[in-house]
Amino acid sequence: MSMYGTDKRHHTLTVLVENKSGVLARVAGLFSRRGYNIFSLAVAPSDDERFSRITIVVDVESSPLEQIIKQLDKLIPVVSITELDPAVSRERELLLATVEAGPETRGQVIQLVGVFEGKIVDVGHDRLTVMLAGAPAKLDDFEDLIRSYGIVDMQRTGRVALPMLDRSRGPARRPGGRTMGPRPIEKAG
Amino acid sequence: MELTGAQALIKSLEMQQVEVMFGLPGGAILPVYDPILDSSIRHILVRHEQGAGHMAEGYAQVTGRPGVAMVTSGPGATNIVTPLADAYMDSIPLVVVTGQVPTTAIGTDAFQESDITGITMGITKHNWLITDGADIPRVVAEAFHVATTGRPGPVLIDVPKDVANRPMEWYWPEPGELDLPGYKPVTQGDPALVRSAAELLLAAERPIIYAGGGILKARASGPLRELAERTGIPVVTTLMARGSFPDSHPLCLGMPGMHGNFTAVTAMQRSDLLIALGSRFDDRVTGKVDAFAPEAKVIHVDIDPAELNKARRADVAIAGDCRLVIDELLSALEACGLRHSDATRGGSGGAPSDAVSGAPSAKGSLAAAFPRQRLSPWRAQLSEWQRRYPLVYDQQPGPGALKPQFVLETLRDATPEDTIVASGVGQHQMFASQWWQFDHPYTWVNSGGLGTMGFAVPAAIGAKVGRPDRMVWAVDGDGCFQMTAQELVTASSERIPVKIAILNNAYLGMVRQWQEMFYGERYSEVYLSPDLPDYVGWAEAMGCVGIRVESPEEVAPAIDKANNIDDRPVVVDFRTDAFEKVFPMVAAGASNDDIVVDPSQAEEGP
Repeated sequence: MSMYGTDKRHHTLTVLVENKSGVLARVAGLFSRRGYNIFSLAVAPSDDERFSRITIVVDVESSPLEQIIKQLDKLIPVVSITELDPAVSRERELLLATVEAGPETRGQVIQLVGVFEGKIVDVGHDRLTVMLAGAPAKLDDFEDLIRSYGIVDMQRTGRVALPMLDRSRGPARRPGGRTMGPRPIEKAG
Repeated sequence: MELTGAQALIKSLEMQQVEVMFGLPGGAILPVYDPILDSSIRHILVRHEQGAGHMAEGYAQVTGRPGVAMVTSGPGATNIVTPLADAYMDSIPLVVVTGQVPTTAIGTDAFQESDITGITMGITKHNWLITDGADIPRVVAEAFHVATTGRPGPVLIDVPKDVANRPMEWYWPEPGELDLPGYKPVTQGDPALVRSAAELLLAAERPIIYAGGGILKARASGPLRELAERTGIPVVTTLMARGSFPDSHPLCLGMPGMHGNFTAVTAMQRSDLLIALGSRFDDRVTGKVDAFAPEAKVIHVDIDPAELNKARRADVAIAGDCRLVIDELLSALEACGLRHSDATRGGSGGAPSDAVSGAPSAKGSLAAAFPRQRLSPWRAQLSEWQRRYPLVYDQQPGPGALKPQFVLETLRDATPEDTIVASGVGQHQMFASQWWQFDHPYTWVNSGGLGTMGFAVPAAIGAKVGRPDRMVWAVDGDGCFQMTAQELVTASSERIPVKIAILNNAYLGMVRQWQEMFYGERYSEVYLSPDLPDYVGWAEAMGCVGIRVESPEEVAPAIDKANNIDDRPVVVDFRTDAFEKVFPMVAAGASNDDIVVDPSQAEEGP
């Protein structure tokens, strides 16, 4: 069962916002007061220090995507919004989990981490902390498999995404995302 | 030049050509009140911060300029939350300055601290907490820009006391120096969409122009009139758009919605094309939205793209300023063959030529391009509805019950036609909107979206400050009046001669009406009393003239007396019939097809 699968209910928005205090509260407040559901949300500085990027996975069954995007765009500190269709974007997420791994099961857990190309980041007497970065669906599978060993603690970051690159020859086309925003961002300097 | 933050703030307001502000000082805003003594800005000291906010709203609604209010932190700030929410719903440009505890005390639960930027995030277009005095001029310039451009709305600037006290180096930002990379409102409509709209319009047989408050915000009354007259398409004006198109105009159908007149409501229901201009398909207009105007295609023009396709999917959705888009639409119609015609263009004041009669135009190619005769059956149907279902009431002469509609008709006929009318919220508001004749834009000031009881008295005061040349009447209910009446003390002491007509039916009348109609006449907590308070005595205590009116014969003389007083406010306590209900009515959640007309008309059936 997938919490974060690529079913049609989910859409990913990457939102470029001014790097000012309170902006996350404005975005979160908008979602709560208008009744939009968020599946995940990740915030980090962008490559331009004036802006941060918020990646939001929204539930488009709670409200039409068009409304969500337009209402977001009305927030003054929101500079641009790119809607990423999961089919034409690269999505990644990071998972950290502390798993029960006593003498009998330790080998199996290590093997599983190896199969998924994860890493062991901490080792205790009866537990391991493991890390896995990858597509959200892969993380879902991994999570299902390690659950039987006993998950002591787990955190997932929520997904980040970028549009898929255009591999066709010839004149450059727009990447696989639809951008809405008042103006293109001028890079500093 | 070195100034304190407080001086820079007041100077910034002066740079924005602020002439008047409404407010009430307190601890955290104290530093900013000092330079007011040396400023050209007139400050009006209110008795409650909510009054300051509604006054600023009334001022903004009649002048088109942003209203400015200033209050202190904590309770001062929270008291102005209601006006901010009101202005947000009705897209009124407001700039509210709040004091805040010093930056070092923020977050410590300091005395009179409240997180007002957090509280008002959802009810302002934007807000700012200033933490560096050097930001003050830029933030003030940004605040006015955001409040007044695009879809107008309220903004709030929170100024901590230490920021106001500290020195800063004065500057004034150039327009290009505003730091708003995420803000660029649309103005022009997409030409291809405008052409599509013109084509729909030319093909329609039962078109209706659905004019909303955006017409007034865009200063688009002139273009709207031109569009209506050149196409012969009838116009409904929503509660927020009353006055944007003259009620006396033959093409005006008046107000649609829950208490709209039968013709305006039914015209939209039977229409095959709604041309929504600056309106937002509010639930009070559409009734049950799935059953609203089922046969109509929709052209929707709004400056806020988020309003398009929100409540009703539009066939042509144009994001843009109504004035510009209507002009573009007129050009597109012309390009489609609707030619310039001296007799129909502009229509400066007088009777608008063939639009009046609905007769087909015989002027050159106009008739060929826009066959108005195609609208003739539609116009005939509308006239028939108007004849069968006019607004009605029954005022008996003598000592019987005084009808609120009779008071309003008498008041309307006894005042200049450009009188500004402010109202509160409830039955009196609906009666005022129904029975007044609004022939000029910016003469109707009310709380439409939020429905704020107590709006009328302070809004009327703000309106009179903005337009001292006009007569200003507030039409208020007794319930509403008791919420904000203390601002008449402000009006008396500042010599702001507003006039207040209380339609005193001793009830929270609209709630009473719903309890009568939908709760089996079980009246719960709606009785107020006609005599408690003693409105005349209260008015006099506040420095106003108080007049009591109990019978129809006393109405006109009392109004004449009030109209002749111009040195202080007047309060007229009209004792009106408690049993009178507002009709027509579409019950909440019902289809507009199920409109309930006045019982005296109900036998006929539509």
